[in-house]
Amino acid sequence: MTVAAKVFRARQSMGRTVRGSALVAQDGFSARYDLDRLAGIFSRPTHKLAGHSYVGKILILDTAKGGVASAWMLNEMTSRGVMPLALVFNSVNPILVQGAALADLPMLAGFDEDITAAIPSGAEVEVNPSMGVLTVLK
Amino acid sequence: MTSMTLNDEEQDILAGKSGPVARQALLHQLKVGEFFGAQDFVPVTQAHVMADTESLGEAGVRWLEGLAAAPEHQRLVRVPTITDPRGTDFAKAAFLGQNSAMLDLERRTISAFIRLGVAMTDTCINYQTIQAPTRNEHVAFGDTGVVIYSNSVCGARSNFEGGPSALAAGLTARTPRYGFHLPGQRRATLHVHVERTPASLNEWGALGGVIGRIAGNYWAVPAIEGIEAAPRSDELKHFGAAMASFGSVALFHLVGLTPEAGRLCDVAQAALPGHRVVRADIDALRNSYHSSGLVDVVVFSAPQLSLFELRDLADLCVGRRFAVPLLAVTSPQVKPDSDRLGYTSRIEEAGGTVLSGMCFYQSYAREIAEANGWKRLATNSVKLVNILGGYGYQPILASMEECVDVAVSGELA
Repeated sequence: MTVAAKVFRARQSMGRTVRGSALVAQDGFSARYDLDRLAGIFSRPTHKLAGHSYVGKILILDTAKGGVASAWMLNEMTSRGVMPLALVFNSVNPILVQGAALADLPMLAGFDEDITAAIPSGAEVEVNPSMGVLTVLK
Repeated sequence: MTSMTLNDEEQDILAGKSGPVARQALLHQLKVGEFFGAQDFVPVTQAHVMADTESLGEAGVRWLEGLAAAPEHQRLVRVPTITDPRGTDFAKAAFLGQNSAMLDLERRTISAFIRLGVAMTDTCINYQTIQAPTRNEHVAFGDTGVVIYSNSVCGARSNFEGGPSALAAGLTARTPRYGFHLPGQRRATLHVHVERTPASLNEWGALGGVIGRIAGNYWAVPAIEGIEAAPRSDELKHFGAAMASFGSVALFHLVGLTPEAGRLCDVAQAALPGHRVVRADIDALRNSYHSSGLVDVVVFSAPQLSLFELRDLADLCVGRRFAVPLLAVTSPQVKPDSDRLGYTSRIEEAGGTVLSGMCFYQSYAREIAEANGWKRLATNSVKLVNILGGYGYQPILASMEECVDVAVSGELA
């Protein structure tokens, strides 16, 4: 099997199908704790993606961290067009699911392997929530 | 079509018989419930909405105003629904360096909430000041510190409910039955033996942060042994808030102390993954936020201070004169008692400022830092030091006593 054909099945999913470039790290995610939401970059100095732009990227991270603000912030980021294209997690907490539901952001979570180790940053991937799958395109 | 089982009332709401606001709320709840595989809804008795305007932005405020524009009989919450801290204390906004655009968003948000029937309590310590939930009471609480305290110390049942979902729960009087509403989800997933009982609020916070990092995610439930005496409410407030902040944890059990964990076997199976936390682990977290040098501002917030914390702070302020700003943030319920009992005047006579109904990190922390030249910030809140790194601050963790000394000298030795 080539890398381009690799498919990962998620147990939890929401939203529409999108394709884009993956931005991957074995780290957590909180819109309040980790991001400069105006600049569209990870701003928390200790975050593994510090300095990286998340705008238009399919973010693939380990788990949700921090507080409840992300439930509003994803919608606010989307209203300005400064948001990721989709969110993919090994595990997710309710806040990010609630936020993705309000912001209409596609989301996948719950894989049989560590999804952050399986997908390289920069890979072209498809997130298909209706099928519950993440596909590496190239 | 939904995978969740709906009763007649819920089907009527979905059909629009209660109007578009309740229908929109239920549709949002269905999305979330279906994601987590909820079978049905569970009635809730209270909702607590986090909605500071930095998080809401213009988009969120307009969304709220859209709901509030519905006819009165179609827009009101169905159960007591209260608010987390606002993004300002209007009386102190100029001191904070907040601008009119921020305050305008605040006023619009408050107006919308009032039209929805929400009570503007503006507190993240509602379990100390409004009404603590009881064991097995299903609630829909926002603010991670409120949820972890209510679940763990009170034995209530709540998930983290972000602003939109908590408001939806207020509007429908229910929430999807998943996560910590289910008894099975409340069982411990890891065992932590603590070999040091903290002696100060910041040390309780540091212990919470250490365990939060070990637990690591929302679905982890630590069962903790080794705490030597019954902690006070303020100690568990800082402990839980830090654990939730560092680990996204929503429930812990203190064996022999919290209501569901009379014995370890009440909440845990044998052979859980085990961890040992010693004093060096707590010190390592504290030291990672400890650096000497000049300090720009001292802040007590996150969570809001109880009356007892304000009393302790006021006692430390007697006869002192602050060289740098000292901010103490409390709830609108506590502030009048603090005024009446003389705590506020003792703090402010030393040069400090007591703020009400806001929270420091929910009050445009980045912008007020730039307006006031605040970068190095000292606090006794482990939750606050964890958050403020992302806002460009260099946060410093110290005890309440050390923080007051820093406010006098302007530097940490």
